Amino acid sequence: MVLQSLKNCLWLSCVLRTPKAFFWSTASGGLIIQSVSNDVYQNLAVEDWIHDHMDLEKQQVLFLWRNSPAVVIGRHQNPWQECNLKLLRENNIKLARRRSGGGTVYHDLGNINLTFFTTRKKYERMKNLKLIVKALKALQPQLDVHVTDRYDILLDRQYKISGTAAKLGRTSAYHHCTLLCNTDKFVLSSVLRSPYKGLKSNATPSVPALVKNLFEKDPSLTSEMLLDAIAKEYAMQHQIDHHINLLNPADETLLPGISHKTKELQTWEWVYGKTPKFSVSTCLNMAYKDSVLDVKVNMDVKHGRIEVCNIDLPEQWLPPGLSSELVKSLTGSKFCPNETTTLVTTLLRVCPQDDELHSRWSLLCENMIMLM
Amino acid sequence: VCIHRVRSCSSIRFIKSKYVCVFDKSALKFSHQQRLFRTSAVSCGQIVQFKLSDIGEGITEVTVKEWYIKEGDSVSQFDSICEVQSDKASVTITSRYDGVIRKLHYSIDDIAFVGKPLVDIEIDASKGVSPEEDVVETPPMSHEEHTHQEIKGHKTLATPAVRRLAMENNIKLSEIVGTGKDNRILKEDILNYLAKQTGAILPPSPKAEIVPPPRKTETVPAAPRDKAQKIPVPVSRPIAFSGKDKTEPVTGFQKAMVKTMSAALKIPHFGYCDEIDLTQLVQLREELKPLAELRGVKLSFMPFFIKAASLGLLQYPILNASLDENCQNVTYKASHNIGVAMDTEQGLIVPNVKNVQVCSVFDIAVELNRLQSLGSAGQLGTSDLTGGTFTLSNIGTIGGTYAKAVILPPEVAIGALGKIQVLPRFNGKGEVFKAQIMNVSWSADHRIIDGATMARFSNLWKSYLENPASMLLDLK
Repeated sequence: MVLQSLKNCLWLSCVLRTPKAFFWSTASGGLIIQSVSNDVYQNLAVEDWIHDHMDLEKQQVLFLWRNSPAVVIGRHQNPWQECNLKLLRENNIKLARRRSGGGTVYHDLGNINLTFFTTRKKYERMKNLKLIVKALKALQPQLDVHVTDRYDILLDRQYKISGTAAKLGRTSAYHHCTLLCNTDKFVLSSVLRSPYKGLKSNATPSVPALVKNLFEKDPSLTSEMLLDAIAKEYAMQHQIDHHINLLNPADETLLPGISHKTKELQTWEWVYGKTPKFSVSTCLNMAYKDSVLDVKVNMDVKHGRIEVCNIDLPEQWLPPGLSSELVKSLTGSKFCPNETTTLVTTLLRVCPQDDELHSRWSLLCENMIMLM
Repeated sequence: VCIHRVRSCSSIRFIKSKYVCVFDKSALKFSHQQRLFRTSAVSCGQIVQFKLSDIGEGITEVTVKEWYIKEGDSVSQFDSICEVQSDKASVTITSRYDGVIRKLHYSIDDIAFVGKPLVDIEIDASKGVSPEEDVVETPPMSHEEHTHQEIKGHKTLATPAVRRLAMENNIKLSEIVGTGKDNRILKEDILNYLAKQTGAILPPSPKAEIVPPPRKTETVPAAPRDKAQKIPVPVSRPIAFSGKDKTEPVTGFQKAMVKTMSAALKIPHFGYCDEIDLTQLVQLREELKPLAELRGVKLSFMPFFIKAASLGLLQYPILNASLDENCQNVTYKASHNIGVAMDTEQGLIVPNVKNVQVCSVFDIAVELNRLQSLGSAGQLGTSDLTGGTFTLSNIGTIGGTYAKAVILPPEVAIGALGKIQVLPRFNGKGEVFKAQIMNVSWSADHRIIDGATMARFSNLWKSYLENPASMLLDLK
């Protein structure tokens, strides 16, 4: 696939020099593009770009992409509810929020993403999913795959191999879905398990499902083969050339404004700040010296920031001024371990230099930070 | 499109006359005129119930997830009104009309019904109700006219009023970059474009930053430190037309700064500065860099500065002390936990290297690498950020020579290191030679530290760095 990509790349680089050969301008009814990048933010930005800028009236688009390890949550979801953020941070797994609805998915290079772009009027998810099933069966007729009415694709009537989401705008729409070829299921299940307790929110919840890789059913299947089979079926149905055009999501000349879109998808305000309002109501069990302290904590988080904060400490455990200082500092701050760490360590500078006090403070703050 | 224009001609004739006046006056009046135009256009008009249109796939109900506007806001055609969700599909509902939002029929998380009213919009009576079809224009296929590559099928979104304005001024909409939602072209974009053509000067928006504001912050370089002066690259942002002040609450990192600096104000600072000849150290580091790299560690100058400081603190322990609140007791700290000021995306953080008094220069370099990568990933823990006893701030990596650093309580001293410059100096024989000179600016708490102590500490620190071999004698 690498060789084929290189060949395509070289061919395209020669071809792109002449404006006439611009692949956007083909007069055919469809266009197949594949991203050369594995960066989830860049690829999501391409989706945004095509949705905002391309006229899909005469030409529909199929976009093929894969990402290095990332968790992608739906537009209206709560990342704290959906995944283990601590695990993500420790393992350098990216967190992205897409613009389409639906649930949370884990991406790695063993998962392929397919986006079907059409006009708003021609938006039809079943049709796209049936296309995929047809392509899979053409590749491997023994496969028992079918589409459910929840827009999932199931293998052997049991295992989910594809999840779907969609975005509708004023004139265009897109339907994208995943396809599990050879994803690390161990990492998938660990990161998609949230350790955060006491969260209450109206964010869209994900529906957990039993998953399986196509590779497990038939080890001869590779991501490249699957991509190719789907592209072939799409080409047939749209009566176009079975040719996959490679696209570099960092190309600002080809996609003006794409770097701005990419940056926006990475901002804290988008990834965390767009979380619908939620509350945290939990009890910290802090082991201190020979006893265990139960500390009730209640927080309301809006736009990713702590709107209201209540910490129920035993009387005189901390000097009264200090606990109210903590609450005051946290109010208005991001519900974020980094920001909280900075705030609490700073507060320590301005309070009496007492080892006992410091260890109590550190204990409380460490526990608070664990909630984020 | 032709028919549409004829129909709306009569209703927007008054707009034309207003614009003709505007262009005769100075460009600086644009925003004022424009605002007047807006408010006068939105007077008592008819209230239209904007219904939720068909989503497709036979869907009859959706959940309202986010409102982009609130009651009383002005909207233009194609502005996003809200986001609704239905069965894994997120739908952006855009306005069909120009007007003012008078009523939202649903709250967040309510179920909304297709065909039922979503919002009530008050439309300006003179403008009338815009046609229901989408008014979208595609630019003509003319490769010859454009020297740069153009994307065909590029939609140009603009309201009829904007399109008229462009037409009157012979502007191709395809030449304008839209700054509105979905890249639609706004009246401001046309006016900006015109201003550029006529050379008129528009008042810059306070949002446009040209040079990042200078801060007394510094970076601990991960890359081999060359202390080369980097010219701040102007941060170019599209200059917005409106010149409004923006007020934000002080939160997070800024809040932390406010607290620390307010406390630091109570400390009577005095400063002491000096110049260090790092010629020998520069050479030594060049020799040791590859050795460190073999061990997988980037070696900057900081580990040397930090170790030398610790050796100095052994002789002048009062600089590694802490004064209690009532200034009754001085606590001499046993550990030399030397803080290194770090400049991150969010702001200034000061993690510290613990127990430098028992660390080798290499150990310090390893620890610095760890703190630096955690710092840039925003993953420093509380233990890394607490317990500091003395701080060094390497502002020189960004620039500057002398600085007045602010002591971080509960510490009593801090050093700010300027950039290394190649300057001519005289040697013992009276000859001029090329010297690598760095300036250091110390600040100390004058309640318990006197000038002489600071000076002697600085001299000792300086001697270790100017003659690195002498550090060998005192290394523990």
